[in-house]
Parts: sequence; structure tokens; C-alpha cells
Amino acid sequence: MDPVDPLTEEKPAFLSPGDPFLAPGHSYASVTDRITGVILGRTRKGWWIGFAIAFFLVLVLNYGITMLFAIGVGEFGIQIPVAWAFAITNFVWWIGIGHAGTLISAFLLLMRQKWRTSINRFAEAMTIFAVACAGMFPLVHMGRPWLFFWLFPYPDTMGVWPQFRSPLVWDVFAVSTYFTVSLLFWYVGLLPDFATLRDKAKAKFAKVTYGVLSMGWRGSARHWKRHEVCSLLLAGLATPLVVSVHTVVSFDFTIAIVPGWHSTIFPPYFVAGAIYSGFAMVIMLAIPLRAWFHLEDFITIRHLNNMGKLLLATGMIVAYSYVMEAFFSFYSADKFERYMMIDRMTGRYGIVFWILATCNIFVPMIFLWWHKVRTSTVLLFIVATFAQIGMWLERFVIIVQSLHRDFMPSAWGMFYPTPTDWEVLFGSIGLFFALFYLFARLLPSISIFEMRDLVHRTAEDAGVIAKVE
Amino acid sequence: MAKRPIYGVMAEFNNTNDLLEAAHHAREAGYKQMDAYSPFPVEGLSEAVGFPRTSLPAIVLAGGLIGMFGGFFLQYYPNAMGFPLDIGGKPFDSWPSFIPITYELTILCAAIACVVGMIWLNGLPTPYHPVFNIPRFELASQDRFFLCIKSKDPKFSLEEARRFLEEQHPREVNVVPV
Repeated sequence: MDPVDPLTEEKPAFLSPGDPFLAPGHSYASVTDRITGVILGRTRKGWWIGFAIAFFLVLVLNYGITMLFAIGVGEFGIQIPVAWAFAITNFVWWIGIGHAGTLISAFLLLMRQKWRTSINRFAEAMTIFAVACAGMFPLVHMGRPWLFFWLFPYPDTMGVWPQFRSPLVWDVFAVSTYFTVSLLFWYVGLLPDFATLRDKAKAKFAKVTYGVLSMGWRGSARHWKRHEVCSLLLAGLATPLVVSVHTVVSFDFTIAIVPGWHSTIFPPYFVAGAIYSGFAMVIMLAIPLRAWFHLEDFITIRHLNNMGKLLLATGMIVAYSYVMEAFFSFYSADKFERYMMIDRMTGRYGIVFWILATCNIFVPMIFLWWHKVRTSTVLLFIVATFAQIGMWLERFVIIVQSLHRDFMPSAWGMFYPTPTDWEVLFGSIGLFFALFYLFARLLPSISIFEMRDLVHRTAEDAGVIAKVE
Repeated sequence: MAKRPIYGVMAEFNNTNDLLEAAHHAREAGYKQMDAYSPFPVEGLSEAVGFPRTSLPAIVLAGGLIGMFGGFFLQYYPNAMGFPLDIGGKPFDSWPSFIPITYELTILCAAIACVVGMIWLNGLPTPYHPVFNIPRFELASQDRFFLCIKSKDPKFSLEEARRFLEEQHPREVNVVPV
């Protein structure tokens, strides 16, 4: 539903800062019923169709990975010098997507941004599923994936330890910390909502399951006090993770001496790109979610407008980074750096670079400035899709193009993706959406207790007492 | 007939203002053992029922410190003491390169301490609790507000507590059996 002026019943021409983040007329019970209705109601046909498509892609992923494990990493199109291709591109892309969820749930909580309330839950779910997809790739790209635990420090019979001076080991710690903290944060937020579901569920199985998950939450004043302190502290702890995880990921590249990788701009550039692709994904999930489950009252046009603005802001940082990266390649007076940048724009992979520039710079920079685009669900979805594709291509260009022509012309070589490459890429997208479909069906995709709090605060701001039947 | 033991007396309210007022009145009347239940965190409610602060931050700090020192030692021990290996002539104790993992483990341990501490201090999981004996208590997780004066309060007497709560404009007052 578009915001409507309650007096004239007309759509306002422009959103004003005073517009609500919640459609008028909601009570504690109505927000509770609307969100739990999605979970406790019947499964809709559309859900089954969407889940079936996503699950088919999961089977494709299984096929690709089975072939990979049975035959070896040669199933990917990788060759020396391009030994990292789709697998690491997908890894960096997925982990970047996760960052917007943490930014929304942690950073915007600390900033006391009210509009995060209705989008934080599913953005956190997006983080967890994206990091789960990401975590798979470092494992499958290894030649001997069954020895992955060599990355962890444990006292083994060989007496050797991981090389702690290597960013690849830092990565293991950064990503596993990120996943664990995101999962804990998510569960803490879900705890009171599980209690609501326990109390609303009619079926015995649902009642028991949600009851066990809620751990016997009673909503006592003591519970809430500790819960609030816990959420704030977790937000404070998770906020540095938004910055640190992708910084560590970028160290995987910058610490190497490959032209196109060895650059000090990478950490902030990667973090901005991560938040950019993450917000694109939040938009791509929010628009169908609000339409299919009729959550327009909660995820309003104003939310979409705000997310569009954040996409624009982070997109500008990304665009600036591209320009600076090119500038410093020439300014460095390093002939390998210069050659790399000329080859990036005009070489065999030049077309990929220009598609990436179109998706990441031209499309968002031209369209997102328009209020009409940011408040139109269809246009915003299309722009976010462009940004998402652009971010994948960016990682592809950084990894493949930089590697394929380094110092020695005798060691140059091309990378061509194989069917396994595509199966694993689209399979991981399927895995992400399959998990998201299950989430939207089984868990509250909007934080119920925070929505009740929003009802309370909205009423308080209006100087009335929130109504109760 | 033997008297059934009771947990306390519970009043149901329509909104946060009535609940907060009742909690304040109860404190003024001298009740100490009480708890309030609400479907979302209500500002000032925990103070009103006599729970001004929690020790959770101290637990989180301890967790963070364990993560920090443990994380550094995890890298320092094998590289400088347990299995020193000359790699590219780098110093064994190259502490700056140990910082990222130290940092990540600080956050990891602090976050785990935070969540486990919150759940533990809250006494969860609680498979059984007397307040759920009130059928209408399921609304505490939806849109109603409850105040319970517990029977273990030194000043507690069933008649007085019930009369007191009935004066606070509740929707309903119920006795909570154990």
C-alpha cells in the first residue's frame, strides 16, 4: 500500500520525513496476527512453486559438487595462472551480501534508526544464509576438501600448526566468527517471537517445537532487561565485524603481489562493495516478500526509499573506488600495474569490465537519484538486480583478470568456465533461496516484538495509548 | 480440603501505563517480590519491579578478555615457543600479524559469553513455570500486560494482595497456583 494522507486520502507527491514506518491503524494484536498468520496459516501454492525451483537448483549444486569431489578441482575451468576463479568469486560475493544484514541489525540499532525494525529479521536471515553459501566455496575449491580441518589450530600428531601470518588463516577465523555471531544475534532476536508463536500455535507439533525453541520465555521485566542489554552489546560487538570481515577477505588479495591485487585501497573498497551488494539483496528480497505475504503495512514505500538511498550512497563509494583504483595504477608508474589496468579495460576480459561498470556505476548512478525509481517497486528491483550482477562481475574481474596476465608473458593464460562452474554458481543461488523460502514459511520474517514496540512508540509519539481490544 | 500452595497473585492490564503505575504502587505499598510481564520491553518497568541493573556486561567483558588473551596465546605459542619455524626470515613473534585473529576471537568469545550469559541469568531453559497456569497468560506474549506479586514476599497475604491489585484498575485478577 502506498502511503496515503489520512485527511485527504490522496497519495502525497513526495515522501516527507514525518511519514510513518508503519501504516496507520495497527494494534499490538494486529501486527502479531499479521506476522504469525504467514507462519501458522496454510502453505500457499506459490510457495511450493518457488521452493521447488530453488530446490531443483540445490540438486544441481549437489550434482556439481559430487562431480567435483569425485573427479577433482579440474572439473572447474581453473588452470595455472588462474587457479582461483568462480569458487573464490562466489565466496567473496556471497560473504559481501551478508554484510547488509549485519549493518541493518547492528549498526542501525546503535544509531537508533526506527526504520530497521521491519527489515532487520529477514536481513539477518539473509546474512546467515549468504555466509553459509560463502563458507562452502573455500572448502570445495580445495584439492583435498576432506583435509579442511588443517586450517584450524589443533595439537595434531604431525606437530605442525597453521601459518598464522597468512591472511588465508585469518579468513577462517573471520568467517567462522562472523557466522557464529550472526547466528547468535539472530537467535536472541527470535527468542521472544518463538514465545509468541508457542502461545499462538494451535497444532501440537508446532506448539511443542516453538516452545522448545523459546526455552520457556515469559517476557518478564527481568528477561527483557537482560535481553535488551544483550542485544545492545551484541550490536556493539557485531558492528566492527561489518568492517573487519570483508577487510580480512580483501587481505587475501592485497597481501599477494599480483598487479591488480596489491593495493591499499582494497579494505574500504571491499567493505563498501559488500554493503552495496548486501543492500541490493535486501531490496531484492523485501519487494517480493512484502507483495507475496501482504506485508505492505510494515515494509512501507519509505523503507524502500531509504534502502534505495543507501544503495546509492554505497554505490558512490564503490564508483569512487573504481576511479581511484584506475588512477593509482597509472600514478604508481609501475609498468605492470599500468599494463594490468589497460588490459582490464581493453583486453580479452574487457567486455566483462564494461558490463560491470554499466551495472555498478551507470545504472544505479543514473536511476537511483530519482525519487520515482526509489519508490517504484518494479524499477527499484531492476536496479538492485543490476547492482547484484555488477558486484559478482566485479569480483570476477578482480580475481580472474588480475591473475590471467601477471608479470611473465610466458605464464599468461585464459580462464573459461566449465558447466561445473555454472552448476555450482547457480546451485548456490538455489541453496540461498531454498533456505530463505523455508525461513519465510517457518520463522517470523519480521520481528514481532519489535513491531509491537514500534506500535507503542508510534502511539506515544501521537500522544495516545495504543488500543487493545 | 488441603489448601493448594500458590505462587502469587497476578493482575492483567490493558496498557503499559496501567502496568507501570501498578508496579510503582506495589513498591510503595512495600511489596518486594514481584515480576511484570509484557509483550515487548517497556521502559522503566524493570526498575519499577526492583531490578535496576544486570551483571551481564561484566560477563561479556570477561568473555572478551578470555578471547583476546587466549587468541593471542593460541598464535604466539606455536609460532614462538612450541614449533618455531623460520618462514622467509620473519620473526617468530611477529605480533602484528597475530592481531586479526586475536581481534576476531575477542569478538567471538564476548558474543558467546553475552548470549549464554543472557540465557543463563534469565534461568532459561525453564520447562515449567507456574505463571503459565493462568490460561490468559498466553496473551503476555501478544498484547496484554501482567503484574504478579509472589507469595514468597514477606508482606504477602492472599486477601491483601488480591485487594491491592484489584484497586489498580486491572482487567482481571487471578491466583497463580504452583
